[in-house]
Amino acid sequence: MNKQGNAYTFIYAAVMVVVVAALLAFVSQALKPRQERNEMVAKKIDILQSIKVAATSADAEQKYEEVIGAHSYIVDFSGNKVEGVAFDVDLAVELRKPAEERLYPVYEAHLEGGEVKYILQLRGAGLWGPIWGYVSVNSDGNSIYGATFGHKGETPGLGAEIENDGFQDQFVGKQIFDNGTLKSIAVVKGGGSAGNVHQVDAVSGGTITSQGLENMLGDFFKGYESFLKNLERASHE
Amino acid sequence: MSKEPLFSAKNLKLITGPIGSQNPITTQVLGICSALAVTAKLEPAIVMSISVIAVLVFANLIISLIRNSIPSRIRIIVQLVIVAALVILVDQILKAFAYDVSRQLSVFVGLIITNCILMGRLEAFALGNKPWPSVLDAVGNGAGYGLILIIVAFFRELFGSGTLTLPGLGELQVIPQVFYDWGYVNNGFMILPPMALIVLGIIIWVQRSRNKELIES
Repeated sequence: MNKQGNAYTFIYAAVMVVVVAALLAFVSQALKPRQERNEMVAKKIDILQSIKVAATSADAEQKYEEVIGAHSYIVDFSGNKVEGVAFDVDLAVELRKPAEERLYPVYEAHLEGGEVKYILQLRGAGLWGPIWGYVSVNSDGNSIYGATFGHKGETPGLGAEIENDGFQDQFVGKQIFDNGTLKSIAVVKGGGSAGNVHQVDAVSGGTITSQGLENMLGDFFKGYESFLKNLERASHE
Repeated sequence: MSKEPLFSAKNLKLITGPIGSQNPITTQVLGICSALAVTAKLEPAIVMSISVIAVLVFANLIISLIRNSIPSRIRIIVQLVIVAALVILVDQILKAFAYDVSRQLSVFVGLIITNCILMGRLEAFALGNKPWPSVLDAVGNGAGYGLILIIVAFFRELFGSGTLTLPGLGELQVIPQVFYDWGYVNNGFMILPPMALIVLGIIIWVQRSRNKELIES
């Protein structure tokens, strides 16, 4: 057969693509359970990091059991608990619904000394793909105890800096409400004023990622607003 | 025609050449992008090197095996498909067995596809040579690439963080605490990408000054 002919070239390309596709599909299926387990452990590490509990893939599950265990639940837009497992909520799916109909997972962390922190789960869009985060709130329902963010594929050195401690530590002590009205936290280019409890410094060179992060915070604090207000009311009683 | 021994002088040169005077990074200046990106710590550099060697060896082997059947008009596409498939395999395996490292390497595993060393070796060597020399050529070039990556990462992590991170051992504090007590400070600049280029430049400088073959008249 003529190896330079069109027929040969077409058949060659078609066969090659089918073989490669079959191989990749098979490998992807075979490795899926392990990958999903790794992702679950990574999620627990992230959740723990938002309350400043350092965990590695080896001890994440044990620490998660100790600190959070079964103390997680789902709330709706009006702050009422709904049926379901918080850990299994996929925010990528929730994000497609209107804010009022979404499910919002809450993880309650019981720290040593009896303090309780409430961990909220967030998700939004960065420059290249999704970004997400966990923000832990004190029992006053207003001040932030800790925050951690992650991303799928933001530019390393620029947008990806939202993953760094230096950026995340800025959120500690910031406030979500201003005298009872939702104000969220602005990610300010050129540096927010240090004393302002509603601003953090943006990532230089990562404008769109910073903007996405700010939108994500606003979006989800709005979603958790009723829940946080209930917390605040409970803390006065 | 008598059969050539597996490790004849000519074949060995395929491995030693790219590690030394024909090094893909320092002499041919290929694959710089990933050399800058994954060398802030030693562990990702080692894993990246192993990944590139694995992809390169299999790609060279496969292309060499099917070299006589590839229609020359779509040969670049065929090479790309094979490299891309191998890279996805590596990425999937890392996600399943070395999740933390795969998170650190993030997009750079995917970017192995665009590493010029790969396409270069496939076009220049595997398409015209038998499988065994192609494998040796891949090992040589991969090792040459990896060697430079590891040297750069070693210096960057040592002076930038004062630690060395090895696969399986975790982060080891190399510079003793006493030094810090005396006022030693880590050089934060080492962690930033420009220092990878400078370290690389120093390596090229040292290599050129010692190897007479590389000195341009």
